[in-house]
Amino acid sequence: MALSAEQGGRLAHLLSQHADRSIDRWTEIVTGSLRGRLSRAELARQVQELHRALVEAGQQGVSDLAAEHGGELRAVLSELSTNRARQGFSATETAISVFALKDVLLELMEQERGDDTLRDFVAFSALVDQMGLFTFETFVRARESLIADQAEQLLELSTPVVKLWEGVVAVPLVGTLDSARAQVVMERLLQTLVDTSSPYAIIDITGVPAVDTQVAQHILKTVVAARLMGADCIISGIRPQIAQTIVALGIEFGDIATKASLADALRHVLRLTGVETTARRARREA
Amino acid sequence: MERVPILKIGDILLVSIQVDMSDQTAVQLQEDLAERIVATGCHGVIIDITALDIVDSFVGRMLSTIASISKVLDAETVVVGMRPAVAITLVELGLSLNGIRTALNVERGMELIAASRTDDWDEAPGDEDAETTATP
Amino acid sequence: MTAGVDLGVPATQAIRSDEDVVRVRQLVRTTAVAVRLSLVDQTKLVTAASELARNTLIYGGGGSAEVSTVSDGRRRGVRIVFADQGPGIPDLDLALTDGYTTGGGLGLGLSGARRLVDDFDIRTAVGEGTTITVTKWSR
Repeated sequence: MALSAEQGGRLAHLLSQHADRSIDRWTEIVTGSLRGRLSRAELARQVQELHRALVEAGQQGVSDLAAEHGGELRAVLSELSTNRARQGFSATETAISVFALKDVLLELMEQERGDDTLRDFVAFSALVDQMGLFTFETFVRARESLIADQAEQLLELSTPVVKLWEGVVAVPLVGTLDSARAQVVMERLLQTLVDTSSPYAIIDITGVPAVDTQVAQHILKTVVAARLMGADCIISGIRPQIAQTIVALGIEFGDIATKASLADALRHVLRLTGVETTARRARREA
Repeated sequence: MERVPILKIGDILLVSIQVDMSDQTAVQLQEDLAERIVATGCHGVIIDITALDIVDSFVGRMLSTIASISKVLDAETVVVGMRPAVAITLVELGLSLNGIRTALNVERGMELIAASRTDDWDEAPGDEDAETTATP
Repeated sequence: MTAGVDLGVPATQAIRSDEDVVRVRQLVRTTAVAVRLSLVDQTKLVTAASELARNTLIYGGGGSAEVSTVSDGRRRGVRIVFADQGPGIPDLDLALTDGYTTGGGLGLGLSGARRLVDDFDIRTAVGEGTTITVTKWSR
């Protein structure tokens, strides 16, 4: 049920006429529902914002929340519910902050009962319902983006690219590699090669429990891409079962260097770059 | 039509591609470069593609052709500065840039050329390994 | 294959010359950035667009590229429609094979472009022309 222009005007009039009283009462109800997890001053500020936006929307004759005049009101509502979502409040607690307006309106309207009062109250209620549902939807969206951000952060945390030696970087892969993670690893490794100007990269898969065709393809593509950029990759830590899988799947590792352990891989790179280890010098001098 | 400038630094020609090249510009670069190699007698060519946000099959083919032409003219070509996103895309596209030597940046590219020239001078045995062993 | 709704007005770029291929690339890049594709996905899409725009010019004798943003409710994406009134492709399977070319290229244009995008749709009729629709979705 949409608000008529007159009803919008009457809503604005009612709320602005009893501005202080309605804001106080509204804040009081909301404070009670949140059990002191937000300060009263903070809540009063939020309620004031909502009150102001609602009065403005009413004055402009807003018919429902989706209407053009509802823009400012929608913005205030979505800011409110986005903040609540980030602060860890539940969707119900957020929606109650809006629904509390119904109690406020009821108390105000009981005093000035006229012919249209009931009709008005039902129409105002419908608008408040819309506002409540809108906060709910924004809340869910905010939560979803929060979860997506966290998932991404987790992904980045779980794939460190470390500098092992001058010109040598390594990615110790731990845990299950799915396609999405393999892709993140690939991009980060290649970017690190550029950033550190390292011509060698070691991909250590000691901590990877299983390798399927797709993951092997991702590793192979990384190696080829690194070559295109002018860097060489060595794969280390291939466990016996994984070696068997690789052969069984018929995956060709071609001329890609593979080493049993990270230490072997590093020794291999150092030999290529001409760094001399004490063990080697001893052998040579013997 | 825009032209890609070719700089001479010592014994090396440096081409830094800074614009989104049309195919014609790419072909022109190929011709210009061949002429400059002969005119200057340089033995190394570095093509810096740091600024290129894509390399498609046409540019890829141009790079291969330049490498082959300069080889015939006794000059070594190194393509440097390929961005990670470009490399990933090339792999997906199926372009392997066979016969092209690559390095991470201009500095590494110059080292690569210097190393392979010294090897030539020394006529060192096991020359094929020079590519990987020579970089510090 | 070509699900999703159009958002906003599509931009059309005629493909008549070399420089137009560059313009198609730039238009696609701008749109891909606006839809917030990842850097790698932007690069893949622009590369595919470059291959297909060049095909439209060389094999189709010129045509147009129409770039638009689309949404399937969950993700946003960029859709490009390449259209020409050229001779068409007689053997589609062969044309989509890696390494096959009639134009002296590397033969990676069509098959490579297909690998770089999420949706790939080609309609062709001999003597009437070719229309290729590609879409890349945000992750």
